[in-house]
Amino acid sequence: MTAVAPDEQSLVATPEFERSNERNKRRSGLLMALPAYVYLVLFFALPLIIVVVYSFATRTRSGGTALSGWNLDSYQKLGEPIVRDILFRSLLLALITTFICLVIAYPFSYYLSTRSPMVRNIMLVFVMIPFWSNFLVRNYAWRVLLGNNGPITRLTEGVGWEESSILFTPTAVVLGLVYGFLPFMILPMYAALERMDWSLIEASRDLGATGVQTFRNITLPLSRPGVIAGSILVFIPSLGAYVTPQILGGAKTTLLGSYIVTQFLTARNWPVGASVSTVLMVVMLGATLMYFRSGGKTL
Amino acid sequence: MTEQSTSAVSINGVTKRFGDVVAVDNVNLEIADGEFFAMLGPSGCGKTTTLRMIAGLEFPTEGSLQIFGEEVGTLPPNKRPVNTVFQNYALFPHMNILDNVSFGLRMKGVDKKTASAQANEMIDLVRLGGMEKRRPNQLSGGQQQRVALARALVNKPKVLLLDEPLGALDLKLRQDMQTELKSLQRELGVSFVFVTHDQEEALTMSDRIAVMHDGQLLQVGNPEQLYSQPVNRFVADFIGQTNLIDATVADDEMIVLANGTKVRAPNPHPPGTKVAMSLRPESIMIGDREAVPSESQSTSLSGVISSVVYLGHSVVYTVNVDWMPLEVRVPAVAGVSRYEAGAEIAIWWDRLSDWIVPDEGYRG
Ligand SMILES: Nc1ncnc2c1ncn2[C@@H]1O[C@H](COP(=O)(O)OP(=O)(O)OP(=O)(O)O)[C@@H](O)[C@H]1O
Ligand SMILES: [Mg+2]
Repeated sequence: MTAVAPDEQSLVATPEFERSNERNKRRSGLLMALPAYVYLVLFFALPLIIVVVYSFATRTRSGGTALSGWNLDSYQKLGEPIVRDILFRSLLLALITTFICLVIAYPFSYYLSTRSPMVRNIMLVFVMIPFWSNFLVRNYAWRVLLGNNGPITRLTEGVGWEESSILFTPTAVVLGLVYGFLPFMILPMYAALERMDWSLIEASRDLGATGVQTFRNITLPLSRPGVIAGSILVFIPSLGAYVTPQILGGAKTTLLGSYIVTQFLTARNWPVGASVSTVLMVVMLGATLMYFRSGGKTL
Repeated sequence: MTEQSTSAVSINGVTKRFGDVVAVDNVNLEIADGEFFAMLGPSGCGKTTTLRMIAGLEFPTEGSLQIFGEEVGTLPPNKRPVNTVFQNYALFPHMNILDNVSFGLRMKGVDKKTASAQANEMIDLVRLGGMEKRRPNQLSGGQQQRVALARALVNKPKVLLLDEPLGALDLKLRQDMQTELKSLQRELGVSFVFVTHDQEEALTMSDRIAVMHDGQLLQVGNPEQLYSQPVNRFVADFIGQTNLIDATVADDEMIVLANGTKVRAPNPHPPGTKVAMSLRPESIMIGDREAVPSESQSTSLSGVISSVVYLGHSVVYTVNVDWMPLEVRVPAVAGVSRYEAGAEIAIWWDRLSDWIVPDEGYRG
């Protein structure tokens, strides 16, 4: 027999016991999340803060950045017509890209979610096959396809269209963006539709709704989280896209991504680059919040 | 039914195949207007498929299906004067109760005010007043069930189809809802077609019952007919509890049991036919061997009691008669002593209480 008095180890959960239990749970949770925390702080929060701080700094004559004399000069520069045009053009192209992806992805996802499980899996693999090759390579492939002597140009010329090559136009950029980001639209949409209870559609038909009425009142509202998630997943990377506009858009259609890179690397104006980045992040944050507000729960 | 009226639902030679599976096999059925009609059968026998064909959610492979005389074969569900209460209720999760209930009216173009008024009336009828603004997931199972009922009934269907609507409820709630459903049906005078695999539920609620097995319709009749005059082994076994005793027909008055005992059982079958005699546990009497009344000598067997179970209102004996155990249920009378296991006794039954069914197939 040990010397432990029988009433020292309580059989019920006393407040002290509950508290220490809670504490232990919190501690073990923190320990498990620690690597993720460190990673996030080191590679995400810290750089973010640096970018925001730099956006208020001053560019020195030699192209360096003086971390003194904080001001809003770089933000004022955003009001200049050139920057404003780039901002609006980027927004417009991102919106068009998102819209086209939406229109293509919805019927496809709907079709997919009504197939047998085997067909679904095969088709999902097809959707993801493009990811198996490098993004850069795929963009260059489009450049070849759309180029002056590319098959697409020859085809359109053969049909008799005037405009010879769409390469280096906004159209080519949108095409490339849609191509690149379409899976990000399809996957969450498919997930939402696939999760939907199809007996609700039968119930709606049974209650006298036509197919169109059922789609408007049941299918569409129930798949909305997927629609919004997909839209954000396409809109955000489209807005900040760099590679695709760079390869397919040429010099005439500068977009935000290229502009930021130019500010940092060529113009050596870090404060302006940082301020554009900050604005971009605020827009994205706004879009994400909108998603959560509108009832979507999981991305 | 004396007057010549068109049936609410008329099913003629309807077959439904899913690939190789014959879900419904050449079913003929008439469901009268204003009737509480149950479809009863074990899992997978084709009840749901039959119901879905009436609703228009599935189309027959063969045969004709009429609702109030109108051929509906491949008419889409929204064009049929029927509504369904689904097994899982299928309430719209993104709408509140009021919107759920008024959905059907709104889809038919009824203006919002009228639709809401009628929906509210129906919500009160199923006693859910005050819950209009809640979402389905904020209701209990029984309440959801009632929303589903209100959502269907508000459209004033000529036939209401219910697919195991009480399946998900616990026993007490189930019994309450049975009574409620039944009185609602009487009040509205609409035909209810009620699918269940619970024979007790079917017996207590229905005007008539159809028993299905393996896609086939075995028997249609009122509860009493099914209970006392089952057409075959399967129905006899499925409806209530019974002892099925294998036998061979000797002549139109007598049958021979497995051990050679001859018992009196008037039957229409030719001599030599394999049959089964169905004896309900409560229609068998039990007593000392000398106590068998003289008029029951030809409908008695001797046996040994192997177990006794006291159920409060009755006592259930298991009696071994030579080649098989039989269940006998007698009322428990206070003060009267009961037999013990091992007692040698006789059992007998009234000449009218046995029922001979053909032995073919359907061995439950
Ligand atoms: N869509 C379908 N595709 C293939 N087979 C089906 C389909 N629907 C039903 N079946 C088959 O048809 C038969 C009858 O099914 P049904 O759903 O009508 O049975 P049920 O009597 O309602 O059974 P339960 O009491 O389990 O609901 C079953 O063998 C089932 O597997
Ligand atoms: Mg079923």
